[in-house]
Amino acid sequence: MIALAVLSGFGAALAVPFFFRQGRSAAGWLIALLPMALTAYFAALLPRAAAGEPQAFAYTWASELGLHLSFRADGLSLLFALLISGIGALVVIYAGGYLKGHRHIGRFYAWLLAFMASMLGVALADNLILLFVFWELTSLSSFMLIGFEHEREAARAAALQALLVTGAGGLALLAGLLLLGQAGGALELSALLARGEALRASPLYLPALLLILIGAFTKSAQFPFHFWLPNAMEAPTPVSAYLHSATMVKAGVYLLARLNPALGGTEIWTYAVGGVGAVTMLVGGYLALTQTDLKRLLAYSTVSALGTLTMLIGLGTPLALKAMIVLLLAHALHKGALFLVAGAVDHESGARDVTRLGGLFRAMPVTASAAGIAALSIAGLPPLFGFISKELVYEAALASGPWLTAAVVAAGLFTVFVAGVVGVGPFWGRAAETPKHPHEAPLSLWLGPVILAGLSLLVGLFPESVSGLLVGAAASAVIGQAANVKLALWHGINPAFVLSAGTVLAGAGLYAGRAMVRRGLQRLEWKWGPARAYALALDGLNAVARAQTRVLQSGYLRYYLLIIVLTITAVGGFTLLRRGGLHWPVASPDARFYEIGLAALILLAALAAVASPSRLGAVAALGAAGYGVALIYLLFGAPDLAMTQFAIESLTVILFVLAFYHLPRFAQLSPPRTRARDVLVALLAGGLMTALVLSVVGVQLYPSISGYFAENALPLAHGRNIVNVILVDFRGLDTLGEITVLGIAGIGVYALLKLRSRKDP
Amino acid sequence: MTSLILRTMARYLLPLSLMFSIFLFLRGHNEPGGGFVAGLVAAAAFALYAIAYGSAAARHVLWIEPRLLIGLGLLTALASGLLGLATRRPYLTGQWGYFTLPGMGKVDVGTPVLFDLGVYLAVTGVTLTIIFTLEEVE
Repeated sequence: MIALAVLSGFGAALAVPFFFRQGRSAAGWLIALLPMALTAYFAALLPRAAAGEPQAFAYTWASELGLHLSFRADGLSLLFALLISGIGALVVIYAGGYLKGHRHIGRFYAWLLAFMASMLGVALADNLILLFVFWELTSLSSFMLIGFEHEREAARAAALQALLVTGAGGLALLAGLLLLGQAGGALELSALLARGEALRASPLYLPALLLILIGAFTKSAQFPFHFWLPNAMEAPTPVSAYLHSATMVKAGVYLLARLNPALGGTEIWTYAVGGVGAVTMLVGGYLALTQTDLKRLLAYSTVSALGTLTMLIGLGTPLALKAMIVLLLAHALHKGALFLVAGAVDHESGARDVTRLGGLFRAMPVTASAAGIAALSIAGLPPLFGFISKELVYEAALASGPWLTAAVVAAGLFTVFVAGVVGVGPFWGRAAETPKHPHEAPLSLWLGPVILAGLSLLVGLFPESVSGLLVGAAASAVIGQAANVKLALWHGINPAFVLSAGTVLAGAGLYAGRAMVRRGLQRLEWKWGPARAYALALDGLNAVARAQTRVLQSGYLRYYLLIIVLTITAVGGFTLLRRGGLHWPVASPDARFYEIGLAALILLAALAAVASPSRLGAVAALGAAGYGVALIYLLFGAPDLAMTQFAIESLTVILFVLAFYHLPRFAQLSPPRTRARDVLVALLAGGLMTALVLSVVGVQLYPSISGYFAENALPLAHGRNIVNVILVDFRGLDTLGEITVLGIAGIGVYALLKLRSRKDP
Repeated sequence: MTSLILRTMARYLLPLSLMFSIFLFLRGHNEPGGGFVAGLVAAAAFALYAIAYGSAAARHVLWIEPRLLIGLGLLTALASGLLGLATRRPYLTGQWGYFTLPGMGKVDVGTPVLFDLGVYLAVTGVTLTIIFTLEEVE
């Protein structure tokens, strides 16, 4: 049932494009039924997870590889699954309004649903390899969604950047997960989590940890890999809200939280995870200050929040981990709402630059209210959920020392600033001229923000509603033992509350002087960030590829052949000589007279092919040589081979003749020097092949498997023709690969010739 | 090419070659033959026809677009393997059954035959795609 829930999204993704053939935009509401049903299903699994008996499913897929289709729904997985499917439903509805009438809306929904399914897979997978497969699928669907408006250069570049950064991290992750599996002796998460002691003591711990961290950090946009996330804002806004704020970028955080019971608690874990998280939190918050584009601003603020989450995991105390879960939930609610608001503002007014927006409250009261509530939550004001999460983060930081407290307060300051710029700036103050005349967004566009902001308020007022089942179960899974979570809106006046109040006041002051802040900071901008390093590396790679292509791919068929033949001869010859692989056959073969005659015929035909002054003559001579070889097959008892060789030779001659028909006569023959070189290369290659064949006759390294085939062809495969049985049964997969290659080659020839004739008729 | 002998020959050789190719295909599992060579023979038959009458006429006789044959063949071969999966065995595991024909006794049929049919169609399709395209290039 869980497997069905995860995979249903892929099925829907395949079916959805056919919905939109007639261009019905109302289908967004219909498609949203799937994520809604999934949300209900996952919610129903919660009680079992909270009771410590998570729903699980396992199907043996490829047991030799340790690859199982296994899912497990504990508290942490379900928290993510609920966010993915719940926000997914809202985003699906939202996209219906946002992309109304778009030409490729069917394609958009297909990728969005495929992403949802992949992300559910990441959250629920129990097998490490399975998790990795889904992990890569999220990168892939993110690539397609960022590049959705693929006619724009910027969208393509951003999509490629996100794919390269997260893809490189994914490779590191795969290596890390495999090492982890080696160290723990299992690939199932449920088994590994119980072996934390052994894992941390293993010599493979450090390399595995570092590789996994690279994977998690790239995915969750941690410093210094944070730069891809703001650029990913080229995606349509529903995608930014869903993938690049609420769910996908939290996959890295999920993985760290998931592995915390197994890998966490060591010194290196605390410093690497906590340190990188803290730096990311500050860098993201600081960079957000100078942004004026609504979406980029929110993206940097998301980077900062992801950093905070990572830092809390690094701290690793039960208090910090509880704060992490609460912040995760709160962030998904209010940041998701703000992203959707930003999209609605952009959609209805045509502008996204905060310096050119203002006074929209009158035109869009519903959207503005949702934005206001979400902004209050993100700023951490009571009675909203954001207040509770911020209090907890402060408490966790206070417990660990003054430096961290200072960093968290600074990041909080930046967050209050962001809340003001996004939630207040566009809606209040002087009305600004916008490209479009602004009016209230349609139901589909304001429903999402209103629900998410409303939840921020409700959960803030009644925190007990989530503390036990949702937060408690998730925190237990991260901590590794049952955790008792009690959330309350009012903690009394304690150090955290004082800090919180101070942050809000100072942040409000920062917002009041926003014009000055921006001007001051924009002067300080530096050029040598990690984004620059990425650009340099990409340019370097392209330059190397171009240079190599120029050398190897000259465009002349004869040079390709020359390089291929020379490489094989050199590499093969070197190995054979060095390893002493060349032998003379022991017994000299006794040949019959007609066999010698046949050999002479083949030799003569080959000589004729070389000497022929016309192409047609050469081809006919080659055909004769081929027929001779086919006769040899026939004489030595391989009628199948002979038959195929005859057919191939005939067709080859036909093909050559058809091709030559279009070519001019030999305009000039190669100069003697070139011919001498070709003769040399040909003799070398021919000599090597001859020596190789003679050696093969003399040596037998392994017992021949033909006996097995001969014995089993009839009982196992119901056939007496061993050659054909091997082709279609014993080695069926090879044949499948071969006919696929053949098909591609055929279509390639077709494409090359048709394209050429279209260009110059 | 407008040679009377070639044209007359091609007209009679086409059905004969096709029958031969089907014969090769069917006997392939027990005697020399099989989907690959049968596909080549079929392609050669149409190629000869195309040389005699032009590729437009050959396409008309073939009735189906050769590029479609490639896809059809690959799909058939791919699908034949799925039947193995359905019985929880590895992909492409052969599944066999038999029926009795009057006069021929017990006849075994199985998914490898379907697979071979895929090879047959794909090989014919590829070869004819290349040959027809080459013929039609100006």
